[in-house]
Amino acid sequence: MYLISQTKYAYFGYFCTRFLASMEAKKNELKEITILFAGDSGDGMQLTGNQFADTNANFGNDLATFPNYPAEIRAPIGTVAGVSGFQMKFGSTEIYTPGDECDVLVAMNAAGLKSSLHKVKKNGIIVANISGFDRKNLKLAQVETNPLEDESLANYTVQQIDISKLTQETLKDSALGRKDIERSKNMFVLGYLYWMFNREMKESITFLNQKFSKKPEILEANIKVLKAGYHYGDTTETFTTRYDVKKAELPTGTYRSIMGNQATAMGLIAAAKKSGLQLFYGSYPITPASDILHELAKHKNFGVKTFQAEDEIAAVTACIGAAFGGAMATTGSSGPGIAIKGEALGLAVMLEIPLVVVNVQRGGPSTGLPTKTEQSDLMQALFGRNGEAQTVVVAPRSPKDAFEAAYEACRLAVCHMIPVMLLSDGYIANGAEPWAFPKSSELKPFKPKFPNPKDYEEEPYMPYKRDENLVREWAVPGMPGLEHRVGGIEKEDLTGNISYDPDNHQHMVKTRAAKIDRIANDIPLQEIDQGQSTGKVLVLGWGSPYGAIKSATKILLEEGYEVSHAQLRYLNPFPKNLGEILNNYDKVLIPEINDGQLDILIRNKYLIPSIRLCKIKGLPFTTNEIIEKVKEIY
Amino acid sequence: MALTAKDLVTDQDIRWCPGCGDYSILKQVQSVVADLGRKREDIVFISGIGCSSRFPYYMDTYGMHSIHGRATAIASGLKAARPELDVWIITGDGDSLSIGGNHLIHLLRRNFDVNILLFNNEIYGLTKGQYSPTSHEGKVTKSSPFGVLDHAFNPSAVALGADSSFFARTLDRDPKHMKEILKRGNEHKGASLIEIYQNCNVFNDGAFFTFTDKETKAGNAIFVEHNQPLIFGNDKNLGIKLDGFKPVIVNLDDGHSLNDLWIHDEQDYMKATLLSRMFDAPSKDSMPRPFGVFYSTDRGTYESAMEAQIAEATEALGKGDLDSLLAGNNTWVID
Ligand code: SF4
Repeated sequence: MYLISQTKYAYFGYFCTRFLASMEAKKNELKEITILFAGDSGDGMQLTGNQFADTNANFGNDLATFPNYPAEIRAPIGTVAGVSGFQMKFGSTEIYTPGDECDVLVAMNAAGLKSSLHKVKKNGIIVANISGFDRKNLKLAQVETNPLEDESLANYTVQQIDISKLTQETLKDSALGRKDIERSKNMFVLGYLYWMFNREMKESITFLNQKFSKKPEILEANIKVLKAGYHYGDTTETFTTRYDVKKAELPTGTYRSIMGNQATAMGLIAAAKKSGLQLFYGSYPITPASDILHELAKHKNFGVKTFQAEDEIAAVTACIGAAFGGAMATTGSSGPGIAIKGEALGLAVMLEIPLVVVNVQRGGPSTGLPTKTEQSDLMQALFGRNGEAQTVVVAPRSPKDAFEAAYEACRLAVCHMIPVMLLSDGYIANGAEPWAFPKSSELKPFKPKFPNPKDYEEEPYMPYKRDENLVREWAVPGMPGLEHRVGGIEKEDLTGNISYDPDNHQHMVKTRAAKIDRIANDIPLQEIDQGQSTGKVLVLGWGSPYGAIKSATKILLEEGYEVSHAQLRYLNPFPKNLGEILNNYDKVLIPEINDGQLDILIRNKYLIPSIRLCKIKGLPFTTNEIIEKVKEIY
Repeated sequence: MALTAKDLVTDQDIRWCPGCGDYSILKQVQSVVADLGRKREDIVFISGIGCSSRFPYYMDTYGMHSIHGRATAIASGLKAARPELDVWIITGDGDSLSIGGNHLIHLLRRNFDVNILLFNNEIYGLTKGQYSPTSHEGKVTKSSPFGVLDHAFNPSAVALGADSSFFARTLDRDPKHMKEILKRGNEHKGASLIEIYQNCNVFNDGAFFTFTDKETKAGNAIFVEHNQPLIFGNDKNLGIKLDGFKPVIVNLDDGHSLNDLWIHDEQDYMKATLLSRMFDAPSKDSMPRPFGVFYSTDRGTYESAMEAQIAEATEALGKGDLDSLLAGNNTWVID
């Protein structure tokens, strides 16, 4: 499914095959491969990459993908600014990141090569489309001399293929126009890669059949070119080595591929279904959150009500209205949109109604880097409103984990009558990985706190009467005898009537804060992901750096370092035992794609000299960056 | 048991200034809502911020006093989620036309079946006397000691420009007319925008007296009714006829007959826009200000279209099955 939500222009990736030590022993069997497709926005790199990922996932590899595209839909053709990239790592081992350095780079043009060469491993393979290196393309990429002709690629194994020309020849009898022919060249690359890695074409052929079922000519052309690419590898002598990446030993089960935004959408649907609530999603289009809206809009047959509002404020306030009416109200946006929603979120805090707010974070401040990833909205999530108005904050750690995190966000919102912020990011949103999806019967249902009007025939209904967790009941219009008024002005405890009483205000502020604290009783204790429960260094992560930290910790442990990894799902409140865990290590390292926001929270709450590792480049961490930092502070 | 207006009164003290036009509106609304035959629990009042927006606290129904300008958007979400509820929006000129202007026009074009009561007092009352988007040019207020520079909004033109399916204007000092209009608005299936001229006796006293005072009312206000000619004046001797698209005042004593006059047609959008342009500052030569239902047309509501789309999708795709959603259409097994 994640293919569908991708841009229709596939990229041509690079395959950077990693020349592992193991390769020498076993000529062509590799444990893992990182491959990067880089080409023009119109070259179909995302589609190619996703197809390649799907086929490998179906084959039984573990993998992780990372699309990286320009902010402009039509960035200048052939320029570095217009390069669209798709990186993925697949292997016979467990894979947690899309890879640091690439074993294979597929460069569709000079700009693709220029922007990505630094990521390619020494001796890595570069598959270059010759016609993407003509004078025009070199000029657009601002490259002086043709790298395919000078010595600059001496340290790599370069496969030069005139993909454009071979595609044209394959389709010389086709009735398609030049543009359509040119567009199908990504299929050549895909076919070639299938040959190179010993993969079958059948899944992609099925995919093409679905995609172009109404355009038989394009369908036929694409399949023809796909096969031509495959056979090209078969029949030419240019590239004699084929690689074998065996199936991964993954836990048994039924798998599918899943992207983060899609998983988020499904988590919301599942939560609404399992709690018996109507799902309402109010949203305003924004990168990189819009795919959640697209996904939900497809599932009207689940009774999902999607509402594309006139602006961010209407998106969230419509949710407040829907929640007042008893719906599982959810909204999604990215940092700038969340900023505009701020006042309304304050109202939701004040009303104490359930609301889930998905923030698919991107580079900031302001418009920032719309298509790049960042984790810089943590403080905004906790504090970004006027007054004392904290929200509950939950973060997924990977694309598939977004399902569980979204489900959990809904549970906390409904069971604690409170707005919950789900902090995803661009890297999770657009990344994909195999997912051993759950059965619906395995999902734990949860119950909204709807009062029974019968209980209030004698005593009056008090909208702000609370249970032991300080949670109020959710009386909604239509329930006779429970009519009440709520509002954004400070309210008297119990009755909800307007109150400007000084003591009442302090009491209410403290009560709302205590309500969040008590959620700590309703979330699991923090666990250690890898390593011992005491030791020298604890790497404390949250959100998308999970994969890089996990891989780094694994390697460090193998090398004999006393290092552990804990991954926070709950950022507010923290799990009850977090302080205890932090004190069990000499040093705590906090890697974040921001300037140290979790670090500030940890230092403030636990008074420990935690150490930051900050990367603010719009890019995820590499495994190596984490390894190096741990070694530096060790 | 039928509701009475009394049943809708809450135990909260009313905080409006003595003499404020809001009292009269509250009274009429309580009386109209009691007569609707709806159950109290199915009625919701949602307001934004401003003097008028305290309203929900005085109505013993479900209610929300929300944030500035957003009542319209909140009501949209509520109505989308719960189409069967009877939803009333209470807003003011600042709330709905300034900070909440965007939500108002979008609610109108979408045509949610709600009633919007726009209390227009041409001033910011709660913040103590700044000019509002409906204050007229040159008006001296606390924030415009040398006169307002802004050109005033014309709410009826805004509404019709946004394809509102119902627009009416009434006055706080004409309870009978207001009651009638409130009923009409509630009967209308779709978004009903009712502009109520409301006197703020503290910060903008008398803004509408020309249209309410005995001496001036007849010559400056015209009460339009469906299928009736446009007549006004002390002796009901003045009429308006259409000279092409131009309304002209004629005197029935001067040989003009009723047959010459413009006959009001609520379903005629073009005529409604002409009414909305009768908006000059009252003077000897100005057109009278129209009151009544300008425009009323039936077109589908958003919430019913939304329900229908869900029904269609369910029909086409089958009722959503969580397990097949989770599996998607491409799975593989690792064993
Ligand atoms: S300030 Fe004006 S509008 Fe507000 S309550 Fe007083 S009189 Fe009414």
